[in-house]
Amino acid sequence: MFHLTLHLADDALIIGHRNSEWTGHGPNLEQDIAISNIALDQIGQARNFYQYAAELCNNNREAYTKFISSPAFHQVSGPIDEDDLAYLRDAMEFRNHLLAELKKGDWAVTITRQFFISLYQQLLYTDLQYSADKRLAAIAEKSLKEVNYHVRWSGEWVIRLGDGTEESHRRMETAIDQLWPYVGELFVPADFQLEAAASGLLKNPEYYRQPWLEKTGAAFEQAGLMLPAPNWYQKGGKQGIHTEHLGHLLAEMQYLQRSHPGAQW
Amino acid sequence: MKTFIQIQRYGDYGDREPVKAEGATQNQADWPLWEVFIRSKMGLDHKHVGSLHAADAQMAIENARDVYTRRQEGISIWVVESKYIHASNPDEAASFYDPANDKVYRHPTFYDLPDELKAM
Repeated sequence: MFHLTLHLADDALIIGHRNSEWTGHGPNLEQDIAISNIALDQIGQARNFYQYAAELCNNNREAYTKFISSPAFHQVSGPIDEDDLAYLRDAMEFRNHLLAELKKGDWAVTITRQFFISLYQQLLYTDLQYSADKRLAAIAEKSLKEVNYHVRWSGEWVIRLGDGTEESHRRMETAIDQLWPYVGELFVPADFQLEAAASGLLKNPEYYRQPWLEKTGAAFEQAGLMLPAPNWYQKGGKQGIHTEHLGHLLAEMQYLQRSHPGAQW
Repeated sequence: MKTFIQIQRYGDYGDREPVKAEGATQNQADWPLWEVFIRSKMGLDHKHVGSLHAADAQMAIENARDVYTRRQEGISIWVVESKYIHASNPDEAASFYDPANDKVYRHPTFYDLPDELKAM
């Protein structure tokens, strides 16, 4: 359960950080605020999951943190907290999907990635709110309201851009081609997801593939976009094998805590 | 290139289409302006809170949600394209408003209100 919670937290934090890169750089004022709001929602979700993960971790710290090699993490005296989990682990110890860590790209890439992930989170959280674990269920219930809006917002943009100008359509096609190899990983269970499925915490992600494809297909049809055929996909994020992009992201995100441990505003 | 000079006063909004430079690509400058009205509580009126750019009504409502209700300011949003708002002319302010100056009897202040009435 610790690893599942950590995975959910990492996904939310990394995509949230990627979206926060738009703050001050959005295509216009209104969308700048919209994407920053989404980033804040996701970082908020990440905090909830990390806080729970930290509690679980403190109950059995030695066993749970064996996989973490970062010395900074092990130098923490006393119980660990959400910040230690977010700021003191190295790239190999993150469990997010590769899709979340890819560079933000242009607006089409950001929108398409957000739509893919939000749709996945919507299916996942809808089930998770009935999980046997009450704490995860509560976080899912709270987050679902936010995620429903993210799906709506990104879905509208998918249709706008796909069905927009020649250039926006072309950019959407490029974005889909670029992101598609990272979609398959969402539906292939890692060990901790198999364990969670076995203990009734959450369904095997394989289960969400079909509804996800149907919903994406419906939006793409409205947008005049083609759903690519399922093919070879990248994986490894949930096992800690990441793209080069995550290292750069963490270098920027963790810099302050690593250089000035315990720094406060 | 077609341009014209337009004197804008406060309260005057988009009675004319925006000037479009020839060959300009589609961008946010082409998005119309929308006025946003928010109702903060059930039972209260929608109040004008500001304006924003959006491609259509749907986007205007979503933008309004993101720009104007981030701190729980509202429970209902209205948007209306600014060009549909017609404003009174400030030059006519004298003839419009001044005549009401000396008509004090139009104010409902000549009644004794019961103490129980709090919200008048």
